[in-house]
Amino acid sequence: MSRALSPATPLAAVGRSVLGTLAMIGRVSRFAGETVSHLFRPPFYAREFLHALVQIGWLSLPVVGLTALFTGGALALQIYAGGARFNAESVVPSIVAIGMARELGPVLGGLMVAARVASSIAAEIGTMKVTEQIDALVTLSTNPMKYLTLPRVLAATLAVPVLVGVGDAIGIMGGWAVGVSRLDFNAAVYLKNTIDFLETWDVVSGLIKGAAFGFIVATMGCYYGMNSGRGAQGVGRATKSAVVAASVLILAANYVLTELFFTA
Amino acid sequence: MIELTDVHKSFGSKHVLRGVDLSIPKGTSMVIIGGSGTGKSVTLKCVLGLVRPDSGQITVDGNDVNTGDRDAFLARFGMLFQGGALFDSLPVWQNVAFRLLRGALKRPKAEAREIAIEKLRRVGLTPETADLFPAELSGGMQKRVGLARAIAAEPEIIFFDEPTTGLDPIMAGVINELIREIVTEMGATAMTITHDMSSVRAIADNVAMLHDGVIKWTGPVSRLDDSGDPYLDQFIHGRAEGPIEAVR
Repeated sequence: MSRALSPATPLAAVGRSVLGTLAMIGRVSRFAGETVSHLFRPPFYAREFLHALVQIGWLSLPVVGLTALFTGGALALQIYAGGARFNAESVVPSIVAIGMARELGPVLGGLMVAARVASSIAAEIGTMKVTEQIDALVTLSTNPMKYLTLPRVLAATLAVPVLVGVGDAIGIMGGWAVGVSRLDFNAAVYLKNTIDFLETWDVVSGLIKGAAFGFIVATMGCYYGMNSGRGAQGVGRATKSAVVAASVLILAANYVLTELFFTA
Repeated sequence: MIELTDVHKSFGSKHVLRGVDLSIPKGTSMVIIGGSGTGKSVTLKCVLGLVRPDSGQITVDGNDVNTGDRDAFLARFGMLFQGGALFDSLPVWQNVAFRLLRGALKRPKAEAREIAIEKLRRVGLTPETADLFPAELSGGMQKRVGLARAIAAEPEIIFFDEPTTGLDPIMAGVINELIREIVTEMGATAMTITHDMSSVRAIADNVAMLHDGVIKWTGPVSRLDDSGDPYLDQFIHGRAEGPIEAVR
């Protein structure tokens, strides 16, 4: 019997795939653990951290802001249309606020940052690897994990919650603008309803999610960059893998955090 | 003295080094030659600890390269990479003074800049180059900046990885002369890997021929042309016929 027709072949393929995935999870976990361990061991590169903070935080503001603005507006229209089926149009301000703060702000903000930042980190570090700049760092007595990875991961973990907070505010204002201009809500009443129904935990849980997503985005970017293959194709593959992995992990982490925060 | 004893290294099923034995006396310039893919770069990276050998021993002045204080060990080395490996995000002077701006050898910024400019001048570049970024430099200038960075902290041991690759013959000659001058005036131990025979004759005190993962021949550069070794003869004369199989 040929090997291709053996009944064990599909099972072996599944086994290989499972083992490969587990090995990957192990490698990424070790990488993340090593990154965090450098947080407690000098030297620290403040200039690199500030540079990463500007690149990841400040320069992501337009894309996160625009995403939140349009999402808030669309959410108001959807909730209004859905709520009209059982005469609940008045819930638009509170549902937009809660939806933005708890879910859409952190998740869409995280995904937009993943697209923008994980790709650029993976491409930058991947190019540094294939042009031997990482080896050069080592020969210059500089640990690449400390110099490249930690500043980016720390900056993303601190910057993304701020982006999420700003995105929440912009998203709510997007809903307000649509509510007032298209759905005939009174501007002051809309804002009062938003404030009255929004609780501190709604916002804080979203910010915590933002920190987790920022950590995931930068860690994936750095991991795939550091493990980039040779040449343009290797860097391209690393960039694509970083964005895909960061996006999937953000959605998975969002579910886990939501379970932890709101069903316990 | 750098000493490699029975060093083996494989990547998956590919055996790159199959028992490399080599000695580089202190203050001498050793050039390792060999075809592409014969393990020259891997040998160099094993000495630096960038790649860990599967077996065998590598010592520098009697100390194993994979034990002890890594920072102190690496502080003794300078390296010129094949493509320069300059950091794109930093201006030239910060590339040159990289080691002097952080870590154990940290100096005040102004002093580090002064040293960087002096090293740039040493490799034939003007002080105006200092504030340019690597992307603004030609290939030859990038090599010179890489050379300036390699010597900035006055290392005892300098490695040169294909120092003339991608350069025109005149620029290659300039880089070869610079390397020879700098190694001589610093009294450094040098290890160069190349397949450029003009570099070999300009830089080397001793030559080692690496083929099929082992050192096939080693001796002084003066014996290069009458070594009697068929591998070395084929390589230095660039013959297609001989014991080294040419892929056509």
